Amino acid sequence: MSPSTRPLKIALIGNPNSGKSSLFNHLTGLNQKVANFPGVTVDKRIGSFRLSESSTATILDFPGLVSLYPSSEDEKVVIDVLSNPASEDYPDKVIVIADASNLKRSLLLLSQIIDLKFPAVLALNMLDVAKRKEIKINTPELKNVLGINIVEINARTGTGIKELKEVLSKADPDTKGIPVFSAKPLAPELLISICELMPLKNEYKAFLVAQQYSFLRSVPEEKKKKIEELCKNSCADLNKMHAQEIVTRYKIIDQIISKVVTTGNGTVDKEFSHRLDNILTHKIWGYVIFLILMFIIFQILFEGAAYPMKMVEIFFSYLPGVIHDILPSGILTDLFTDGIVAGLGGVIMFLPQILLLFAFIAILEETGYMARVSFIMDKLMRSFGLNGRSVVPLLSGVACAVPSIMATRIISNWKERLITIFIIPLMSCSARLPVYTILIALTIPDKKMFGWINLQGLTLMGLYLFGFIAALLTAIVLKIFIKTKEKGFFMMELPVYRTPRWKNVFVEMMEKARVFIFDAGKVIVAISVVLWVLASFAPGDTFSTIEQEVKNTPQFSGMNEQDIQKLIDSRKLQESYAGIIGRSIEPIIRPLGFDWKIGIALITSFAAREVFVGTMSTIYSVSGSSNETKTLQEKMRAERNEKTGLPVFTPATAFSLMIFYAIAMQCMSTLAVVFRETKGWKWPLIQLFYLSALAYIASYCVYRILI
Amino acid sequence: MRTAANLKTGESAIIDHFSDSEVSLKLMEMGCLPGEKIRLERIAPFGDPAAFWVSGYCLLLRLEEARTIILDESKVYN
Repeated sequence: MSPSTRPLKIALIGNPNSGKSSLFNHLTGLNQKVANFPGVTVDKRIGSFRLSESSTATILDFPGLVSLYPSSEDEKVVIDVLSNPASEDYPDKVIVIADASNLKRSLLLLSQIIDLKFPAVLALNMLDVAKRKEIKINTPELKNVLGINIVEINARTGTGIKELKEVLSKADPDTKGIPVFSAKPLAPELLISICELMPLKNEYKAFLVAQQYSFLRSVPEEKKKKIEELCKNSCADLNKMHAQEIVTRYKIIDQIISKVVTTGNGTVDKEFSHRLDNILTHKIWGYVIFLILMFIIFQILFEGAAYPMKMVEIFFSYLPGVIHDILPSGILTDLFTDGIVAGLGGVIMFLPQILLLFAFIAILEETGYMARVSFIMDKLMRSFGLNGRSVVPLLSGVACAVPSIMATRIISNWKERLITIFIIPLMSCSARLPVYTILIALTIPDKKMFGWINLQGLTLMGLYLFGFIAALLTAIVLKIFIKTKEKGFFMMELPVYRTPRWKNVFVEMMEKARVFIFDAGKVIVAISVVLWVLASFAPGDTFSTIEQEVKNTPQFSGMNEQDIQKLIDSRKLQESYAGIIGRSIEPIIRPLGFDWKIGIALITSFAAREVFVGTMSTIYSVSGSSNETKTLQEKMRAERNEKTGLPVFTPATAFSLMIFYAIAMQCMSTLAVVFRETKGWKWPLIQLFYLSALAYIASYCVYRILI
Repeated sequence: MRTAANLKTGESAIIDHFSDSEVSLKLMEMGCLPGEKIRLERIAPFGDPAAFWVSGYCLLLRLEEARTIILDESKVYN
């Protein structure tokens, strides 16, 4: 096929912190999407752009890596694709982006790409940083030595992007690169047999296959067995081969560097970073500044998101009415408005917080501060099986688990990331507040201890602490039970401080919002439709019987229409499928001190915890007015058990309920987002089961102790 | 045997070899090669991890990783 009919496939490869995402964003703008690599939990970022007037290109942004020897699941994807010409992602050309201020490490990866015989282009980035370090690079000479095209770019400003496109659009057969490392002498027979077996032409590819065949998806099982046998027979020491490769490559790279790079002793950036680090990683000030930053972020997350969230809420509370007026009434309209539109409202509700949190995280990453957070928090977090980078998502969990779980993407080690995802729902999020507020008001007197400590406030703080401690204990348990084959390395670069690139921050926010709406959103809408069906339908003609009954009861005839409607809604909910389930789970939840009405609220509030309050209002047919909470409180206080005649909401029941909500994963959006982030149902279901079981046991203990 | 974890803040040394072959591969890829100079820049407040200056940039290592870097004792200098 000629390139004009099929878009050119480009792979973008580079070290972490080399400006790879900036270049990707510059090339594609918002013209990008996130897909999956088959069978792994790694996101595939693909974009497309116009290469020249007659041709387009697709570009795949691979995870940042140091060499073609992967040390994480993310990095394995790269060699998996590059070793498999049959892969749909196999590139026609490769852009390797390099940090000019630290060319040595970038050349390791580039030399491997050249030895795989990919047509490569070197995008030489960060020349401004190199200049400040007084590092000079002789680009024409470097081009001669490597035998590939080099384009000087500035991924921050977009300089050189045009030239890069020009170079990519040209078919240039002379720039395949000059081979750097010869693998053959290390294991001649083994490499020849692997080349014959696969079959392969490239000896370096055979060399990589010999060392990495066990996880390569493109190698069929029977060939894996044969390679294993070949390796065993050849007595080749694979680790030693790998070590020899690195040493040899760096030896050659050192020669290249000495030819083309003149280093000065510019230390402006370094000294600035060093002085800033003296404060930001200080044993006292480092933590004080971190706490102040987190405090500001939360304030904005709570306060700044509150207004747009209110707007979304108001919009989606009016929308069903409007749609009802337009569409003919009927069950399909009901499904559409009360099921699907309400579910969509539930999805869009999260957007303000997601956008804000990811703006902050992108800024923290871009400036290099996130690496400092890792540095000062790692020891502390590691004792819980977590990572220094777990701190920000974990603390953000206090606002909302959904964006926080998405934010765990910054943790590169899979096990540490999984533990963080698992425990985030235990942090008391803002949706728990309405539940806590009403239950605390119901049971804790509004009095002050020692004349200044508000008892209700103390209880609320206790609940937050309880969630936090439960999270840490769970992390310790998981640390023991989760086994991974992946050997976790911490080693990472501590980059110099930089000003954030605002375009990157913006693209990052949009990308996260898009991923949430399209991937997690589906699940949220589906579950909310199921919950709506459960709460709005009953077997047979129960509902019409209820309406008749209420209207025909003489004692209600004097009431106004609104109150009668409330009464009907209450009766309907009690007799609906949700009501039936509530009744049938009563034997299970009775040991916790809950009756079947609370059971109904437990089911409906799986949509989101705050729905508990709304459901309770409906069940007790509280009329919707400004003092709804107060009325609901009184009704709940007056509620008596149908059999025993004793109050339902005793302190024991209220506390048991609060503990239940502190732990249980009563949030379909969290479930959906864990599904999205772990790319499967295994972990969200384990998490749902674990948290429900833990909530049950803890509530049971609390109820037993207090009764 | 002196390792990179034994360095004092601001102290430099030359890398000699590694005690863990798997960690060493990653370390070498990151530019910690035998013969390369390594300097301890700073240690985190809780004593771990530590920041090293090596091969032209600043590398964060946990102490368990730094301990696998064996230093050339004949060439310790400040």
